[in-house]
Amino acid sequence: MRILLTLLFLALLVLGVWTFMDAHNHAWWLPPNVSSYGGDIDRLFYLILWMVGFFFVLTEGLLVWCVFNFGRKRTTKADFTHGHHKLELVWTAVPGLLLLVITFTQMQTWAKVKFKSNFPDVKPTCEVWASQFDWRMRYPGEDGKFGTVDDIENPFEFVVPVNEPILFNLRSRDVIHSFFVPYLRLKQDAMPGMVIPVWFQVEKEGSYDLVCAELCGWGHYKMAGRLKVVSRAAYDAWLKKSKEEMNSNGSEDKS
Amino acid sequence: MRDASTTAHAVHAAALHPGLGAPGTVHEIHEHHEIGFLRKYVFSTDHKVIGIQFMFTGLVFFLLGGLMAMAIRWQLAWPWTEMPVVGRVLFPNTGRVISPEFYTMLFTMHGTIMIFFVIIPLLTGAFGNFLIPLMIGAPDMAFPKLNMFGYWAMIPAILCVLMSFALEGGGPAAGWTAYPPLSTIEKAAPGSMHGQTFWLLALTFVGASSMMGAVNYVTTIVKMRAPGLTMMRLPLSIWGLFIAALLQLFALPVLTAASIMQVLDRVAHTGFFTPTNLLVNQMTPESAGAAAGGQPLLWQHLFWFYSHPAVYIMVVPAMGFASDILSTHARKPLFGYKPMVYSIMAIAGLGFIVWGHHMFMSGMNPALGMTFMVSTILIALPSCVKVFNWLATLWGSRIQLTSAMLNALAFVAMFIIGGLSGIWMASTPVDIYIHDTYIVVAHFHYVVFAGSVFAIFGAIYHWFPKMFGRQMNETLGRIHFVGSFIFTNCVFYMMHQIGIAGLMRRTADPYAYDVYAHLQPLNQFISISAFCLFAWQIFFVVNLFHSIFWGKRVGRNPWNACSIEWEAPSPPGHGNFDKKLTVHRGPYEYGTPEVAEDYLPQARSI
Repeated sequence: MRILLTLLFLALLVLGVWTFMDAHNHAWWLPPNVSSYGGDIDRLFYLILWMVGFFFVLTEGLLVWCVFNFGRKRTTKADFTHGHHKLELVWTAVPGLLLLVITFTQMQTWAKVKFKSNFPDVKPTCEVWASQFDWRMRYPGEDGKFGTVDDIENPFEFVVPVNEPILFNLRSRDVIHSFFVPYLRLKQDAMPGMVIPVWFQVEKEGSYDLVCAELCGWGHYKMAGRLKVVSRAAYDAWLKKSKEEMNSNGSEDKS
Repeated sequence: MRDASTTAHAVHAAALHPGLGAPGTVHEIHEHHEIGFLRKYVFSTDHKVIGIQFMFTGLVFFLLGGLMAMAIRWQLAWPWTEMPVVGRVLFPNTGRVISPEFYTMLFTMHGTIMIFFVIIPLLTGAFGNFLIPLMIGAPDMAFPKLNMFGYWAMIPAILCVLMSFALEGGGPAAGWTAYPPLSTIEKAAPGSMHGQTFWLLALTFVGASSMMGAVNYVTTIVKMRAPGLTMMRLPLSIWGLFIAALLQLFALPVLTAASIMQVLDRVAHTGFFTPTNLLVNQMTPESAGAAAGGQPLLWQHLFWFYSHPAVYIMVVPAMGFASDILSTHARKPLFGYKPMVYSIMAIAGLGFIVWGHHMFMSGMNPALGMTFMVSTILIALPSCVKVFNWLATLWGSRIQLTSAMLNALAFVAMFIIGGLSGIWMASTPVDIYIHDTYIVVAHFHYVVFAGSVFAIFGAIYHWFPKMFGRQMNETLGRIHFVGSFIFTNCVFYMMHQIGIAGLMRRTADPYAYDVYAHLQPLNQFISISAFCLFAWQIFFVVNLFHSIFWGKRVGRNPWNACSIEWEAPSPPGHGNFDKKLTVHRGPYEYGTPEVAEDYLPQARSI
C-alpha cells in the first residue's frame, strides 16, 4: 500500500507538471494573443504559473517523500515535536513576500486595462448592446452621437480597424451578459442599467470569436458574435457602405 | 444502536437546564421509562442521532447532485445526443435529449444541492453535531431542542428545492448565484417563475437551519468544555467547526436578507435589484408591475458577502478533520498547533473582506477591484502556513496507511492544487481572461470536492467506529480511495486545461465556436472519468451499509487516539460519557516519551 500510494501521489506530481508542459501540443492552452495588452496579461499568467509551479513541486514532492519514507513499518515512536518557531517564521515570511511581489506586479496591468484614467484619448467607436441572445453593435452616424436616427446598427459583427485604440460602450438590454474575446484576453460584464466603457487595440487583422461569458438564460451557449479586425482603409469603406445602405433604405421608404 | 437507558426526562432536563451540561457532569437522572421509536430516532434531541440524520440526508443528496453532474457531463461530451437508457424516461418530450433549458436547471441545481444540501450539512450538520459534544466532553449540545429544530428546518428546504422542478416553467435556471435580473424577472429564463421563488425559500430555510446549528455550536464550545479543556487544548476539528459556526452567524443574516429581498422583488414587485428600462422577452418588467429602478450589483455584493465566507465554512472544518486524522494516524503531534489555530482565524477574518473578487468583471469600480485583489492574495498565506504544517506533521512520523489516513493525505495533496490555482483568480489582470472559465470550475472543485469531500470520507472512516461501534472494511475503503483519487484528478485536473484554452462555464454546447471546437475530445475524456468516479462510489456505499450491520466490532478507542471522544463507549449512550473527565493536556500527544505506549490521551492523569 505504501508503494502504491507513493506512486499515486508521484503520478499526480509528474503527470500534473507534464500535462501543463505538453498542453501546447494539443492546443489545451492559451489561444494566440492579438491585443496590445494581452501580452502583459499572459506574462503575469506565466509569472504566477512559475511561482505556483515551484510550490506545487516542492509541497507535493515533500508529500510523496513523507509517504514513501515515513510510511514504512517502524517499531520506534515517531519524532516527538510540537513545532518549530523559526520554521514557522520562514514559511510565513517567504510565501508572504512572494505573494506581495505577485500583488504589486499585477496592479499596473490591471490599471492599464480597466482604469478610466488610463483609457486612450479617443471617442467611443461603437455602442455594443448585449441582449438575449445576440450582440448588436451601434455605430454613430454623421452627428457622432449614439441613439440618434442616423445610427448604424450591425448585428453579430463588431468591425474595428487594426492597430488603433478602440473605445466602446458596453450595454445590456435585459440581463447580465459578458463580453469575452479569448484572443484579446478581454472580458467585461455588460450590466443592465450601466454604461461601461471598455478599450482594446488589436494588432493583427482577422476574425475572432466573441462569446458571452455570463449566464444569460437558456440560449447562453449560442450567444455568439464576431470581432472583425480590418485595415483602416477597409474599415472606412465598410462604414461608408453601411451608411449608404442605410440612407438608400431610407429613400426607398420615402418613394 | 443507542443506549437503552435513554430517558425522555433527561432530554427535557438538558433542554431546560443547560447547567446540567456544565463541564464534566454526567447525567445522573435515570428514570427508566423507554421512549418510543419516533422520539428516539426521528424527533430526537440527541446530538448523535441528529448528526447521523444530517449525514444520511447529506449522502442521499450527494447521490442526487452527483447524478446531475453526470447529466451535465453527458451534455458536455456529446451535446444534443440521445441519452442511453435514462433519456427515454427523463426527456420523453425532447427526443431523449437534454434541452438547453433543462441544462441550465441542471447546473443550477447541481451547485445548489452540493453546497447547501451536501457539503455544509455534512460538515457542520453531521460532524458538527456528532463531534462537538463528544470532543469537548459534554453530555449533549447546549440547546438540544433547538438542535432538533435545526435538522427539521431542513425538511421544508428539501421540499421547496425538490418541488421547484415540478412547477410551471420548471426548476430555477439562473445559476446557484441567482444573479438578477435573470433571476428576478419572470420569463427572463425558463424556471424563473415559481421555481426561482421556491429556490429562494429553500435557501432561507437552509439558512435558518444553519443558524440554529451555529448558535448551538458556539454556545456549546464556549460554555460546556470539560474541566481542564482550555480553548488552546481543543482538537483542530473543533476549532474548524467553531470558526465555521462564527462565519455562519455573521454572514448568514446577510444572505437571508438578500434572498427575502429577491423574493419580494419577485412576488411583491419591489425594486431592489431590477433596473429601469429593460426589455426582456419583448416586455418591460414595469409593464408586468415591477417597480424597477433597482441595482443588480447590490445582489452580487450581498450574495457574495455570505457566499464567499460560505466557501470557508465548506473548507475550514475539513481542514480540522484532516489535521486530526493526519496526527492520529501518523502517530505524531500536530506540528505548530498555535499557528494552525491562528491561520484558521486568519482565513475566517480575511474571508469577510474578499468577496469582491467574484465581481472583478462585473462593472464594479476597478479601484475597488484592486483592493479586493490585495486581500484575496493575502488569504493564500494562512492556507500556505497550514500546508507546510501538515507536511511537517508527516515529517519524521510513523504513517499508518488506514483508509482514513489515505483520504486525509489526498486532502492535503489536492487542497494544494486548489489553493495554488486560486492565486490566478485573485490576480485581477489574469482574472480578466480566466474569470468564468473552466479554470474557476477546476479550482473550486479541487477545494470543495477533492478537498472537503475527501476530508469528509476520511472523517467517516475515522469516526465511524464511534458512531456505530463497528469499523468500516479497510480493504473496500482502500479500493474506494484509490479509484476515487485517480478519477477525481482525471476529471478536475484536465478542467484547468480547457479553462486555460478559454472555455467559459455554464455553456451547453461550446463546440460551435472555432476557438473551442478542438476541446471536445478532452471533454469526452473528462466525462468518461466522471462516470467512472461516480460508479466507483459503489464501493463506499456497500462498505457503509455493510459495516453498519456487519462491520468488525471495536472498543472505545480503535485508533489509539488521544482526544476525549474516544473515552466514551462506542457508540456512546445518552449523555455520552460514563465517567467523569478531566483534561490534562493537548489533543495530540502521540509518540510522547512520558509513557510506554505511543499516545497519551487528553483525559489520562499520570
